[in-house]
Amino acid sequence: MAEIQLSVGSIVALAKAGLEKLLANLQQMGYRVLGPQIQDGAIVYGPLKNIADLPKGYVSEQDAATYRLVYRGHRRYFDVTPGAQSWKQFFFPSFSELASYKRDERGRWQTEEQEPDLTPLALFGVFPCDLAAIQIQDRIFLREEWKDPIYWTRRQSTFIMAVDCLHPCGTGFCASMGTGPKANPGYDLRLTELEDVFLVEIGSESGRMVMAGVSVLPTSAFWLQAAQKGLEEANTKMGRVLPNQQELPELLLNNLDAQQWDDVARRCMSCSSCTQVCPTCFCWDTRDSIDLTGKAARRERVWDSCFNPDYSYIVGGNTRPNTRSRYRQWLTHKFGSWYAQFGTSGCVGCGRCITWCPAKIDVTAELSALREEVQP
Amino acid sequence: MIQTQGKPHAISSSEPMQVYWAEIVEIVREAPNVSTFWLQFIDTHLREGYHFKAGQFNMLLVPGLGEVAISISSDMENTRRIGHTIRSAGNVTSTINRMNVGDMLGVRGPFGNWWSLEDCVGRDIVVAAGGIGLPPIRPVLYYIMHHRRDFGKVIVLYGARTPNDLQFTREYKAWQDAGIELQVTVDRGDDSWDGRVGVVPILFYNTRLDPKNTVILTCGPEIMIRFVIFEALARRVPPERIYISLERNMKCGLGSCGHCQVGPYFVCKDGPVFSFDKLQPYVNVEEF
Repeated sequence: MAEIQLSVGSIVALAKAGLEKLLANLQQMGYRVLGPQIQDGAIVYGPLKNIADLPKGYVSEQDAATYRLVYRGHRRYFDVTPGAQSWKQFFFPSFSELASYKRDERGRWQTEEQEPDLTPLALFGVFPCDLAAIQIQDRIFLREEWKDPIYWTRRQSTFIMAVDCLHPCGTGFCASMGTGPKANPGYDLRLTELEDVFLVEIGSESGRMVMAGVSVLPTSAFWLQAAQKGLEEANTKMGRVLPNQQELPELLLNNLDAQQWDDVARRCMSCSSCTQVCPTCFCWDTRDSIDLTGKAARRERVWDSCFNPDYSYIVGGNTRPNTRSRYRQWLTHKFGSWYAQFGTSGCVGCGRCITWCPAKIDVTAELSALREEVQP
Repeated sequence: MIQTQGKPHAISSSEPMQVYWAEIVEIVREAPNVSTFWLQFIDTHLREGYHFKAGQFNMLLVPGLGEVAISISSDMENTRRIGHTIRSAGNVTSTINRMNVGDMLGVRGPFGNWWSLEDCVGRDIVVAAGGIGLPPIRPVLYYIMHHRRDFGKVIVLYGARTPNDLQFTREYKAWQDAGIELQVTVDRGDDSWDGRVGVVPILFYNTRLDPKNTVILTCGPEIMIRFVIFEALARRVPPERIYISLERNMKCGLGSCGHCQVGPYFVCKDGPVFSFDKLQPYVNVEEF
């Protein structure tokens, strides 16, 4: 068989066994490969050594305040939709050192030089919602006038292998947000997983290089149709919908005194789960510490949440002292003011905040309740 | 002709999270628990190269304890030493207020936008400030004194809790000599006080202003700001010429950490100075 010439944009078929070679290529090229795997009954992301580490044969059952992995025994590697973790932990870690300082012999403070870890990351199996989330965080941390050094160090040479979401989760609504179930551009490779093969689209020059030596097949009309049909079905299979999301900024910011805020405040525990699992939430706080000699100090960056009481604290008062104002801040920001700030919604429809809310608060239901209240 | 100094020069615009070290070279006590800390950069190039605009702030770091956002209160046309007027309030500001000449602070900045002096040129200016709300406007007063003929009437309405809490008192004469009208009020007088008693917004009652040609600059407690806006609007000053400097929790100065949001705005980046028309939808929303 003649060798297939790959170029950016071409789509080829890859036998299931070929995934091993793809992983090996990434590892040999020096990437630290991260992928989905099962830990304590949930999907987490971590270093991927072997293809056998992938959650082959599993699905996840998700609903409000419900997450369960179920073994179905099928031959698909990427049927399990994500758990609480998202990829943001690698670019915007929940904990990272900002700087450290030492006093010199005269007692003057000096900033210590830090050596950034430049090992490139490869994300092996990024669902469309999470790819969209990475692109939203790119807008926040990588701006024309300023690139966040921690984020940029990790993000700049990251390889992304996206996977279309043919078996969407019970709480997701990516179709409503325009982020899935097919991955939007921004990947190096895009996989569509069928029963016997992957369809692989080359998304970038890096993607083409990684495929070197991986034996591929030409696509067939049958496979292309199967992928097409799978994506069409996925569109209708996801558990939630959020109609007219473009109208939400106006709906939210014009109704800051709605009754619905009081209603949700009676159920919300201000626990901040939603903001911790959200793949786009970006708020952070600083922590300072000093050693016992008083001669060495550190600054650290940690995730913060608009649900934390200290979040809006200033001397003399707290701008948002109760759950009602905090929940309103989270929802109006995520679906409303985010547009003015970053030119996009802050939501990708991944459904994590619904799955992981201990009080079963469902953003799609809250938004329709608000709409019903003010547009009866 | 107004001299704009071009884009303010961040000390390192590519690495705005990096701290630059400065030494406290002078401490001037302004009121109980309020002092002006004059900082000079250790790096001699920065001493020459650091510029800011009236209304901008720096993040000041006490290593091991934390950072705090402090408006620059000194003259933007004389930046060899940078003044920060700081009230002991939280951990960091209280610690700074216990520091001595020779101690060091980390500095990042300047951040934020600035008072629109362009909009003030040729117009009357009413400054309405309460307590620690005056330092963020003091750079404007310096500028006005250097360029007095560029502006019309200039009136400063200033209030503090007690006569003792009034800041910059030793400069009042210089302001007045430069043609700045000053009206002062306190919440509570003492035995020696024969001035006015009451809140800042009432000072508007003694002030004749031409609404078509007046710019309001206000900073202070939010409740005061609210009533200053009320008085200004009642006198038909257009919302877009009422400027407010807001205070919010700030950790970065870059619109990244999220804390200072008010609706679509990051106060640290899109503010701290806002014209009232921008804030109008939000000022009366409780706890927004």
